Amino acid sequence: MSRIQDAFLKGKCLIPFITAGDPSLDKTVEYVLAMEEAGADIIEIGIPFSDPTAEGVVIQEASLRALQGGFTMEGLFDAVKKIREKSSIPLLFMTYINPVHHYGYDAFFAKCKELSVDGFLSPELPFEEKEEVAEVAKKYGVEVISMVSPTSEKRIERIAKEAEGFLYVVSSMGVTGVRTQFSSNLEETIKTIRSVSKVPCAIGFGISNPEQAAKMAGISDGAIVGSAIVRVIAQYGEQAKEPLKEFVASLKKAL
Amino acid sequence: MSKGRFGQFGGQYISETLMNELYRLEEAYEHYKNDAAFNEELNTLFREYANRPSLLYYAEKMTKDLGGAKIYLKREDLNHTGAHKINNVLGQALLAKKMGKTRLIAETGAGQHGVATATAAAFFGMECEVFMGRHDTERQALNVYRMELLGAKVHPVDTGTRTLKDAVNEAMREWSCRVDDTHYVLGSVMGPHPFPTIVRDFQAVISREAREQILEKEGKLPAAVVACVGGGSNAMGMFYNFIPDEGVRLIGCEAAGKGVDTPETAATIATGTLGIFHGMKSYFCQDEQGQIAPVYSISAGLDYPGIGPEHAYLHSTGRAQYVPVTDDEAVAAFEYLARTEGIICAIESAHALAHVIKTAGEYGKDESVIVCLSGRGDKDVAAIARYKGVDLHE
Repeated sequence: MSRIQDAFLKGKCLIPFITAGDPSLDKTVEYVLAMEEAGADIIEIGIPFSDPTAEGVVIQEASLRALQGGFTMEGLFDAVKKIREKSSIPLLFMTYINPVHHYGYDAFFAKCKELSVDGFLSPELPFEEKEEVAEVAKKYGVEVISMVSPTSEKRIERIAKEAEGFLYVVSSMGVTGVRTQFSSNLEETIKTIRSVSKVPCAIGFGISNPEQAAKMAGISDGAIVGSAIVRVIAQYGEQAKEPLKEFVASLKKAL
Repeated sequence: MSKGRFGQFGGQYISETLMNELYRLEEAYEHYKNDAAFNEELNTLFREYANRPSLLYYAEKMTKDLGGAKIYLKREDLNHTGAHKINNVLGQALLAKKMGKTRLIAETGAGQHGVATATAAAFFGMECEVFMGRHDTERQALNVYRMELLGAKVHPVDTGTRTLKDAVNEAMREWSCRVDDTHYVLGSVMGPHPFPTIVRDFQAVISREAREQILEKEGKLPAAVVACVGGGSNAMGMFYNFIPDEGVRLIGCEAAGKGVDTPETAATIATGTLGIFHGMKSYFCQDEQGQIAPVYSISAGLDYPGIGPEHAYLHSTGRAQYVPVTDDEAVAAFEYLARTEGIICAIESAHALAHVIKTAGEYGKDESVIVCLSGRGDKDVAAIARYKGVDLHE
């Protein structure tokens, strides 16, 4: 069993997302450790991209700040190394595919293995394009996380059958970011997934407060919180550690 | 390997939320492309509404002046709305209508594709929203007003470089919010499958006509066909029916901006590398971290950091050649055509023309070269004036 799936055995999982390099990679190290301390079970580290087409404004702006701050892949790997000196929390890289393609799939996943990064997720690799990285990720023991969305319909079974780690269930239409309404077919989606696969499901996109996190984790195995976390960092910048801990603790408590 | 590949290029690198919609689009397209009634309806629109077939004009004065190949201009600038963009838009809008869609969204660079989409939406009685980089709304202000006149809502995009790629980003985001009633009319031979194929097929009317017309006028095929390339829709349309004709050179002219040795360029084949962006594997201008590079061209329509996957394939096999053309060369060609033939062409098309002006003398006098005059230049007059230092504002 993978370290990601182990995390789900302990109960409902809280999976916060953070944009690497916002406001700096040193702060990313500090904030990841702080979120673990506050109760995060798995942490999703976003690799910033110039053109994040699946993101709402909050993560778009965080990506821009990170890139303007001089983000590099080598810098990211150094930061993860520092995290790994103190923590063994399961980590995922969330990334647009071009920076990884450019770095070289083999070199990238070899780094993931070296740094014990457990999972990989890209919004640009649907089921049809999985094999872009599948073989090399497997070679280095990195689980490729698949996504299911409210429009997946008959695709759900096919995706779930081949899922690794956990399934990222997209809560609603559109891009990442705060919203008040979620798709009405979420419970049905989870039911379909469970009928074909034992893989845990976590819901993400638009979850911004403890109530929503509790509700979403209630019908699945966990909640992924991105824009709301990134917004705290946008607000407090270099001084986000305490407010971040407080927010993550409040989310965890609600699950 | 997924569907929609041209060699290793193409694919469907897009969010899960859009995948089923892409399947529905492909299914509808595969059905209607062979449907006699659909094709009859589209051909009638081309003929009665869009002014097709477009002329193949023999540019006699240019030919004499340049002293080489006979120069022919494929006059897509004479189409309704003033560019080749209408070919693809009428096709996609009709397809969207058949699919039961009531709303069209589009990205636009120079505004020509946005105007064409707004026109089709007005014609078919559909809602229309167009995404356009803020920077482009400023340099192509007249086209913004045109779209509004046609009943479309124009959203200026304030992210990134505020140009075409950012408009595509925003249109994709909008589409992923609302697919049930909305079709995204992608404007070039780019994006995830099936768009590169659909757009190519609707634009292929250009070379279907041109091939017949040149055979009628010259009794033989041209030595070369030349077109400008941003994403590459007019070039793909101009090349497509000549691809099997091995003796016909296919030449795409990329926007070099201030030069391919400067950072202010949009010449993807000359300066880009293999990557994955906007749903496709192709060549892209990118930095040493794999971030998409800001690109520059005087032409808002060629100001795009990528190139359609079928062009990448034609480049990789050597079937087509891609050459860079600078702002200065394009502006000189723009002025040259105006004075020599009395035709004011789009600054995009002037990139193709500039290459022909440079190379016409390399051909024999019994050979012909066809240039795709993809659009008319009214929209560019003020920008060219400013480029030349004339303080002219619309």
